[in-house]
Amino acid sequence: MAPDLSALFAVRAGDYRAGVRQCTPAELPDLLATLLAGASGVVLPAGTPPDWTTRLGPPTLSGDTLTAAELDAPGLAVLTGCALAVAETGTLVLDGGAAQGRRLLTLVPDHHVCVVRAEQIVADVPDLVIALSDPTRPLTMISGPSATSDIELNRVEGVHGPRRLDIVCLPPA
Amino acid sequence: MTRARPQRGRQLPIVAVTPFPRAAASALRDTRLRANLGRATRTIREKRAAVVAEVPDWERLRDRAARVKDDVIDRLPQLVAQFARAATAAGATVHHAVDAAAANAVVTELVRAQGVDRVVKVKSMATQEIGLNEALAAAGVTAVETDLAELIVQLADDTPSHILVPAIHYDRGQIREIFARRMPGFTADSDDPAVLAGAARDYLRRTFLAARVAICGANFAVAETGSLVVVESEGNGRMCLTLPDTLIAVVGVEKLLPRFADLGDFLRLLPRSSTGERMNPYTSIFTGVTPGDGPRRLHVVLLDNGRRRIAADPVGRAALRCIRCSACLNVCPVYERVGGHAYGSVYPGPIGAILSPQLTGQDAGHNATLPYASTLCGACYDVCPVKIDIPAILVHLRQQGPKPAAERAAMAWLAWTMRDRRRWRAALRTARAGGRPLRVLTRRHGGRLRRAPWPLSAWTTHRDAPLPADESFRDWWSRTRGS
Ligand code: SF4
Repeated sequence: MAPDLSALFAVRAGDYRAGVRQCTPAELPDLLATLLAGASGVVLPAGTPPDWTTRLGPPTLSGDTLTAAELDAPGLAVLTGCALAVAETGTLVLDGGAAQGRRLLTLVPDHHVCVVRAEQIVADVPDLVIALSDPTRPLTMISGPSATSDIELNRVEGVHGPRRLDIVCLPPA
Repeated sequence: MTRARPQRGRQLPIVAVTPFPRAAASALRDTRLRANLGRATRTIREKRAAVVAEVPDWERLRDRAARVKDDVIDRLPQLVAQFARAATAAGATVHHAVDAAAANAVVTELVRAQGVDRVVKVKSMATQEIGLNEALAAAGVTAVETDLAELIVQLADDTPSHILVPAIHYDRGQIREIFARRMPGFTADSDDPAVLAGAARDYLRRTFLAARVAICGANFAVAETGSLVVVESEGNGRMCLTLPDTLIAVVGVEKLLPRFADLGDFLRLLPRSSTGERMNPYTSIFTGVTPGDGPRRLHVVLLDNGRRRIAADPVGRAALRCIRCSACLNVCPVYERVGGHAYGSVYPGPIGAILSPQLTGQDAGHNATLPYASTLCGACYDVCPVKIDIPAILVHLRQQGPKPAAERAAMAWLAWTMRDRRRWRAALRTARAGGRPLRVLTRRHGGRLRRAPWPLSAWTTHRDAPLPADESFRDWWSRTRGS
């Protein structure tokens, strides 16, 4: 089951113009360092696994205290995990838990990199709704970068949220 | 409680001030509008069809969703109370508003209490329905729409023309002109959509960072948990839901769902029906307030504004199932040609034709003309994710609605004539005799009458009338088979 779901998730998230990559846990620090190389700083929510950031070049900032104005600094990127992900729709689900932080962390900076473990992927939205550990936490579902189609229905990425979304998928443990 | 309000209703943005046929006739003369609309609705229609075809159990999904919504309509007071309890327990303050005036008063008071003269807004049909922006303006508060399309419409001093894409009637050239004229700091000379969206991003980001109060609606409200769900694409919704200190949500009571698990179906149905995507870029689900994350004060204003009255009508109540996906607009041959403004309401298209007159009562403005803004072709019913039989409700409203005096007189005469065989045959003979000379005159138009004298002109303004046949079936039968 799980490998199929990861493959479908990767395709569907890619359909939304998210950058999707697969790697092993051993390759993760290098891949994250590459994806985040151009950032002026990388915001890390509380609970980010220390081994994700061992190779990062840009300075890291704690997501706990930053204000919206500080998060608006040019070139800032944010690195998070997620609570769950949905294969059918290529959706990430964040619930403010470990490695996810406050909602504005993944909203104000222009680049969001998210790590997804294969075990976190469910088949479709109804499975997600059932799998959520606590539905009363603040939940954010993200399908691709921010986008608008308001001008002649042309899709334009990045109106207010991050213009760039990169997803890194880890294989089943 | 929820009585119709003929006087004050006039100002509500769900009251048509012009009869639909007249508004439609002038819209039909605008060829640029028709081209913009045709292109846009065709694009969304095709996208929707493709993603709906991906879901094998779509029909079962629609049936289930319709049943859940009917259950909500059956149990409205109970679910409203349940939602209020759960949301309050999670730290929200819940208000109940019987009508537009009450809702506007509550929101205005809450904004005043924060001492601000500017609020940011997430696109919301409920706040448009009650004319909240105008009410706030009267109290000296500027409401800034942050959805790109709503911003375009607001800067143009226009009104939305579509539920989902309110600026569907503008092309990029027109939008650039609007920005150049009205958006502070706009300098771009390109009409590339990416450049225009970028300009809106810069302008609005300054606004978001300074905002202390935000106003939103909700696509769904879960009674079981007290949660609100906001579905969007741009992230302007997330900005409003998380940056300001105070968040005020105005939610029509029909948005309730009984259980959190119900979201599973509805979050599959809505984006696919609406934008033709498997999922919209951003969905926010939040319950009460969360310390350290998002607003410190959450107010939820539960809006009735005629909904309980609609819930009491056995046929019309199905309109309350609507999840405002706008699929019915994009397939409607009438909407596609006349556009949203002709309906004179923030709810245009097929759903508007049944919702506006029910919310206001048919005596408000010219809302009684809206149930006639349809060919009854049934396309809206086929696409509706909650299976609202819009044509059936249109017919129901036509039957209930006021009839013009000429039509009432004609129907009374017809009934009297048809009750008696001799009267009926005499009438037919007279009609045939009268039709004979006309037949010669109308040969050019295929024997159809294009303009009849009063009172029949009321009929022929909008359609051609066939002439009676030269010979009746009875006469033909007795001539060919009879003797
Ligand atoms: S009536 Fe149905 S199709 Fe039309 S907007 Fe409402 S839910 Fe969508």
